[in-house]
Amino acid sequence: MDHEKVVLDEDDMRRTLVRIAHEIVERNDGVGGGESLAIVGIHRRGAILARRIHSLLSDLLEREIPIGDLDISFYRDDVGRRAEQPTIHASHVDFDLDGRTVVLVDDVLFTGRTVRSAIEALFSYGRPAKVQLAVLADRGHRELPIRPDYVGKNLPTSRSERVNVHVEELDHVDEVRICENAEVVA
Amino acid sequence: MKHLVSVEHLERHDIERICDRAAAFAEVADREIKKVPALRGRTVLNLFYEASTRTRSSFELAAKRLSADVVNFSASGSSVEKGESLKDTILTLGAHKPDAIVIRTPWAGAAELVSGWTPAAVVNAGDGKHEHPTQALLDVHTLRQRLGGLDGLSIWIVGDVLHSRVARSNIMAFQKMGAKVTLAGPPTLIPRGIEALGCEVRYTLDELPQANVVYALRMQNERMDESWVPSIREYATWYQINGRRLGPKQVLMHPGPVNRGVELSAEVVDSPQAVITAQVAAGVVVRMAVLYEVLAHVPSTSRSPEGVPA
Repeated sequence: MDHEKVVLDEDDMRRTLVRIAHEIVERNDGVGGGESLAIVGIHRRGAILARRIHSLLSDLLEREIPIGDLDISFYRDDVGRRAEQPTIHASHVDFDLDGRTVVLVDDVLFTGRTVRSAIEALFSYGRPAKVQLAVLADRGHRELPIRPDYVGKNLPTSRSERVNVHVEELDHVDEVRICENAEVVA
Repeated sequence: MKHLVSVEHLERHDIERICDRAAAFAEVADREIKKVPALRGRTVLNLFYEASTRTRSSFELAAKRLSADVVNFSASGSSVEKGESLKDTILTLGAHKPDAIVIRTPWAGAAELVSGWTPAAVVNAGDGKHEHPTQALLDVHTLRQRLGGLDGLSIWIVGDVLHSRVARSNIMAFQKMGAKVTLAGPPTLIPRGIEALGCEVRYTLDELPQANVVYALRMQNERMDESWVPSIREYATWYQINGRRLGPKQVLMHPGPVNRGVELSAEVVDSPQAVITAQVAAGVVVRMAVLYEVLAHVPSTSRSPEGVPA
């Protein structure tokens, strides 16, 4: 490992998620509006961040909003090209998507292929009116025309670097690290 | 895993991975659009040399729910009736470049042979009296869903073990998952030396109340070319699983189709302890998981122009 740097610590992550939650409320007609809002996280860490944003939104809007999570493994465009098969989790979208504004949540935005898969997966559950994208970190290097609506932190990176998001629920710590030639967090 | 021809080749973690994946696929069946694009562009050839309803339809449905293209081939009405050998049929159909071949034959070991004649992934859907690995996997999946796991369970497999490919696969799969397996039936229908697989043998059902799970096998009348039992009525008297023999906490399984009134009484088939319908439902999701397993990590044959091995 050549170098490893913490770019967001626990406090930074908390503040960032609070800001994203406020931006979602503002973009969707302010407090009291956004009746059609729903949050859907992308497995695994995106789903965990989605739960945190959902909790913040529920406090801000003073009501429950629907939340779901997606595993996009079956929608990937690299089936047959990966050396290892992914661990697959069940998706849960237990509410009617039709006509809703769905905020997709992921931890890192990189090539855009995961988000493309997630949008396709989402449409197999229904036809949302709008899909917005929230990411904790945008590291660039897009390969598809995909742009996030809410960004926690822009992280200009080289292709050889990794951005690893650690969350308390899985990694016992909240932080975002940039690593050179480091092992990726699955 | 390139092929699935035998449970013997599977480790416990392979079985768990396939069952976990099947559980994730179960959610797909509950959606409005019961389809995912995981195997889009792949071709699955269902090659059935024997009649089958549930296995064939569940493999076809599994492939279609993964967005694969499916070609069904039946031996009846084909070149096989003109005397074409299994190898020539595989080489001929292989020219269509299927990515997976799901094969059922009356010949033990055929799936293993076929895997050497084609670059496609081969899934054994039953080869004679030898094995039926996807049945074993769906039975493990059903028990995991119903009871949480198989560790420490006592599972009795009752009936015509001799003619049953399901029994062989299930003995191995249940044991690999931590269960203790006992076989029970008339001595003529229990193969000699089967204890070598690690299971116990009983010729009466006196100790059946000890079992957590009772797995009844179908009396295979079509394979009864000799007098294996004095009569079906005699068999039912001694070995039928009925309300008198099945305890209220025991889970009842059967690979289907059921001969009502022979190996099972009608009352137990319809009882809440029977998970026979759950086994059928598990068939689709487990076969989705198996097809995904064998196809998801290999390039499509359309991108891999290697020749068919001789």
